[in-house]
Amino acid sequence: MNDFFLWTSIILGLLVLACLYRGVGGPGFLNRIVAVNVIGTKIVVILALMGFIIDRIDMFVDISLVYVLLNFLGTLAAAKYLERKGAI
Amino acid sequence: MVDVLSVLLIACGIFLFASGTLGLLRLPDFYCRMHATGKCDTLGALLVLLGLAVYQGFSLISVKLLFIVVFIFLANPTATHAIGRAAFVRRVRPWTKDSPEPPASEAEEDLK
Repeated sequence: MNDFFLWTSIILGLLVLACLYRGVGGPGFLNRIVAVNVIGTKIVVILALMGFIIDRIDMFVDISLVYVLLNFLGTLAAAKYLERKGAI
Repeated sequence: MVDVLSVLLIACGIFLFASGTLGLLRLPDFYCRMHATGKCDTLGALLVLLGLAVYQGFSLISVKLLFIVVFIFLANPTATHAIGRAAFVRRVRPWTKDSPEPPASEAEEDLK
């Protein structure tokens, strides 16, 4: 079961790399914000899997909980900032 | 039995993550990409974290995992809606079949 979690997190890491292509080179700021949001959601899942792999899930579940909150707040702040005219 | 259920849920979640990433990379427009990622990522995270909670059994850790699931289910569509509203307010035009090359014009419109 540990090997399955390891391979799952490896696949998720490759998907994060694929999203990073859109995050770095995507046209415009809005595409980059969407890519960062997607990467944040994947990182949360990778953190939970990593806690199961190295047997410290009691610590890692709190870290991923905080990461969810920070990801949501960051995306919301960027969206509210971009809503105003001439903010970029 | 519990392991089989957990593996099944995590595999479904990975499939949804992969399809969301494919949509983010391949679809032509900003709105289309948001449409792909906003739904696939939410359900993918739900399935993978639910699989981990099933594997853990009933304890404080699985309750925290379920809390993460509930928060993602509330927060991710809200964030997607906020970004879409920002794009709409700034008059980013959606892609149609007539518009020749969406990425270049959209980039210019974003940088204005």
